[in-house]
Amino acid sequence: MLKKLLGTAAIATLLASPAAADIKIGFVTTLTTPVAVIGKDMRDAVELAMEHIGGKMAGEDVEIVYADDEFNSQKGKQATERLVLRDDVDIVAGYIWSNVLLASAPVVLNADKILISANAGPSPLAGAQCNKNFFNIAWQNDQTPMALGELLNQQGVKSLYLVAPNYAAGQNMVAGVERTFKGKVVGKDMTVWPSQRDWSAELSKVKAAKPDGVFTFYPGPAGPAFIKQYQQAGLEGEVPLYSVYTLDSISLPLFQKAGMETVLGTKMTQFWAPDLDNAANKKFVGDFRKKYGRYPSFYAAQSYDAIMFIKSGVEAVSGDIGNIDGMRAALKKADFDSVRGDFTMGNNHFPIQNFYERTVVKDADGNWTTAVGRAVLTNHQDPYASQCKM
Amino acid sequence: MAELKNPASILTLIVIGLCAVVPFLAPALGEPFYVIVFARIMIWAIAAVSLNLIMGYGGMISFGHAVYLGIGGYTIGILAFHGITSAWIQWPVAIGACAFISLIFGAISLRTRGVYFIMITLALAQMIFFLSVSAERYGSDDGLNILTRSDFGLSFFDLNDKLTMYYTIFAVLLASVFISWKLIHSRFGVVMRAAKSNDTRVQAVGVSTYRYRLIAFVIAGVMCGIAGLLQANFERFVSPDMMNWPRSGELIFMVVLGGMSTIFGPVTGAFVFLMLSEILSTWTIHWHIIFGPFLVLVVLFARGGIHGLLTPRASRDE
Amino acid sequence: MDYVLLIEQFLNGFQLGIILFLMAAGLTLVFGIMDLVNLAHGSMFMIGAFVGGTIAVVTGSFVIGVILMIPAMLIIGIVVEMTTLRTLYPRDHLDHVLATFGLILFFNEATRLIWGPEGLIVPLPAFLDGSVALGAITYPVYRIVIIVVGLLVALGLYILVSRTRIGMLIRAGASNRAMAGALGVNIPLLFSIVFGIGAVLAGLAGLIITPITAAQIGMGEDVLILAFVVIVIGGIGSIRGAFIASIVTGVIDTMGRSFLDVFLLLFLPENAAESAGPALSSMMIYILMAAILFFRPQGLFPPKGAG
Repeated sequence: MLKKLLGTAAIATLLASPAAADIKIGFVTTLTTPVAVIGKDMRDAVELAMEHIGGKMAGEDVEIVYADDEFNSQKGKQATERLVLRDDVDIVAGYIWSNVLLASAPVVLNADKILISANAGPSPLAGAQCNKNFFNIAWQNDQTPMALGELLNQQGVKSLYLVAPNYAAGQNMVAGVERTFKGKVVGKDMTVWPSQRDWSAELSKVKAAKPDGVFTFYPGPAGPAFIKQYQQAGLEGEVPLYSVYTLDSISLPLFQKAGMETVLGTKMTQFWAPDLDNAANKKFVGDFRKKYGRYPSFYAAQSYDAIMFIKSGVEAVSGDIGNIDGMRAALKKADFDSVRGDFTMGNNHFPIQNFYERTVVKDADGNWTTAVGRAVLTNHQDPYASQCKM
Repeated sequence: MAELKNPASILTLIVIGLCAVVPFLAPALGEPFYVIVFARIMIWAIAAVSLNLIMGYGGMISFGHAVYLGIGGYTIGILAFHGITSAWIQWPVAIGACAFISLIFGAISLRTRGVYFIMITLALAQMIFFLSVSAERYGSDDGLNILTRSDFGLSFFDLNDKLTMYYTIFAVLLASVFISWKLIHSRFGVVMRAAKSNDTRVQAVGVSTYRYRLIAFVIAGVMCGIAGLLQANFERFVSPDMMNWPRSGELIFMVVLGGMSTIFGPVTGAFVFLMLSEILSTWTIHWHIIFGPFLVLVVLFARGGIHGLLTPRASRDE
Repeated sequence: MDYVLLIEQFLNGFQLGIILFLMAAGLTLVFGIMDLVNLAHGSMFMIGAFVGGTIAVVTGSFVIGVILMIPAMLIIGIVVEMTTLRTLYPRDHLDHVLATFGLILFFNEATRLIWGPEGLIVPLPAFLDGSVALGAITYPVYRIVIIVVGLLVALGLYILVSRTRIGMLIRAGASNRAMAGALGVNIPLLFSIVFGIGAVLAGLAGLIITPITAAQIGMGEDVLILAFVVIVIGGIGSIRGAFIASIVTGVIDTMGRSFLDVFLLLFLPENAAESAGPALSSMMIYILMAAILFFRPQGLFPPKGAG
């Protein structure tokens, strides 16, 4: 027994010794609760990215340590603490939820480690609380709805009703639309998040208000529920529904299975689309579909990009992960082949990028996906960047 | 203190001793993370001790006790948000807020008994929870980051210092255990325990049990609020989740797991509960499937909790 | 004010009340008769949705899903009662709360392992999907169906409790358990059946709301707390009280969500009304409950002979 134990210890030491040269990336996402579908998509994308880079960056072995935020800011913060203080990761990435990121960011930044958001883009971190070690590889929360507001202007929508959940991202989304939408906002309902799943009262108000369009934002499984009720209330066909981050490659197959044809033709805006025409994206989407048999969501695209982004930084310092100044300088350049095409990093370390119109369609095989249209906003920087002293 | 002689209390003393040395022991063992884990455990232990005061000794099963964690924490968060960081203002306001709210909630809920009491405490707590969820200014569901910890304005006592923060929590824990021990063995405690076992008889003697219960309810609320203000300072973050109803359920479980109506039980309970969830959650993300039945088994087969299991039958309280 | 909107919101509130009633009816029966606080009632809501929803998706018929859900939930309810809850009857309320809290954790995780984290979307048959014109109002057909089904269940329950032999036993068991047992009533069997009925009602509530909200893990917990509020307001053990309190709660909650901000605009500046509206409306039913309990600590309709 003792011998066996010693043997195991010896093997552990052997395994542990090259770990000093290894690169450890902590990846925080939601692996439990109903929104774990998003976390799964992100993890799948990270795994694919790891496959594409052969598990190595600048010749060093890379290990990803996944952590579950349990869809809860307090738990997310604790998971981050475990990554930073116990697992001693070199870089922390991930984060779906703005609130989780806001709670967790100080843990990573106080430890002087690099933090990369692969989804959440809350306004404080883009503005006054921007940080030299924090990078966002997705978007700032206001940007996509700002693009949508532009789209609404172009579509001739004069009056708009807003329904969104009452949390950081929901408030940012609504603020974003209001920033660019030139018509009149005839009503606004902020609902209890994440518990409210029945919008009968809000939808009745929409009906009474008779707007030209409805804007909504419900990420994860709440989105399909909202759209279903919209349809049952007899609003579809009457009032066009515009959304951001609500219809994605996770929810579209569910709509398809449920045969809800009215979703086809719905418009949204986004910085990326599965059919965006560039080599990196073709490789990503093609291999993702081959490996998992479904379209990747934007969450997946961002996670894939996050790994490639980190790789660009690690390669710039030739694998010397301790050279944090060098890493930062390299990451600022965003010098890698992103699945969204070319973009630059702003002064606040949020991307300056295009936002495209997307329409829900059937693909050649009859699968529901989106078709990318023209860019609504080009080289767009978020409105908080000017508040960032960096 | 006869309680000190049985194995259960020795276990608690080990836990408390461990808490005392962890800031030095854990980094030496290369596990600095456990300093955080222990600080968190101690904060929960304070809250559990406060719940035990009314639940264990007074028979008042409050299913909304975590609300005082939230009120204590949010007071710090909101004051800090408005730029008031002095502890000399923050702490008294937090304590006052908890006293005020627990007085109102106690006055309403203590009019009821049994299951009505359980449900009304739950509902009142959920009311404050929803209030915090819809308080857009203070972050709604996202919670509130606290940029600076409470400032005592003393150079030798700065909560930003890790050790000072840790040992402040430790000292409050010891104080709360001591206070509840003192209370239980005072005339006040005797009336409370008597009222728990036979309320009518105590009333017949001419003692207004309502008043005694209400005072106990407020003391427990304030003590839990202090845990909340420590939590806000320690985490530098408050969110509605800290007072959502599962937190109240977990508090009840900590008390029962350690051993209700024992002075040290809640401390042991908080320690075992949080260490177990820490270990299980590292092991599998599906840890609730083990934890749930574990809870049921504790209730069914280990009624006295850990202290009950370790205490010789003869020397038990009841 | 727009009367069409007012009527529509009233219907919305009524429909929410019906769902609450289906939950509260089982809860109040189990509590009134067995004196058991059952947090896991919320899990029955969820399991009904997942089991019935799966049957509906597999068979392609929502109606078959509902019909087969009934025996399934009856069995699940009875099994849960016989394996775990039965041992809890002699224990105090604290043990009930804790053990059933543990059951919630277990059921949630088990559902995740079986169905995955993504939840379940259940389509409606075409004839229920869409809306119908009722005078000036267009209202979703399915929500009308929910209201009708709920009213039928309420009527059925009333007849069951007040007109049948099993109802008589239930009433006997509720008012004096020991006496009923002494008179030769098979108390354990009666309890199992009552618990089974409660599970079916909760499962029905969960399944019936699933085509609207989709089934997801933990879906029963928010409804459970509202149902607690309902039975406390209505008086524990009283089906009639549960029904009235459910409707009142549903309507007040919905009306608050729809009109409180407009109402507050009469007194407050726009910004204040916009932020106070949602805050106050989410607290309203709890304030209502606190007020009712303050004046009537036994709820509105305490059953005769109880307590």
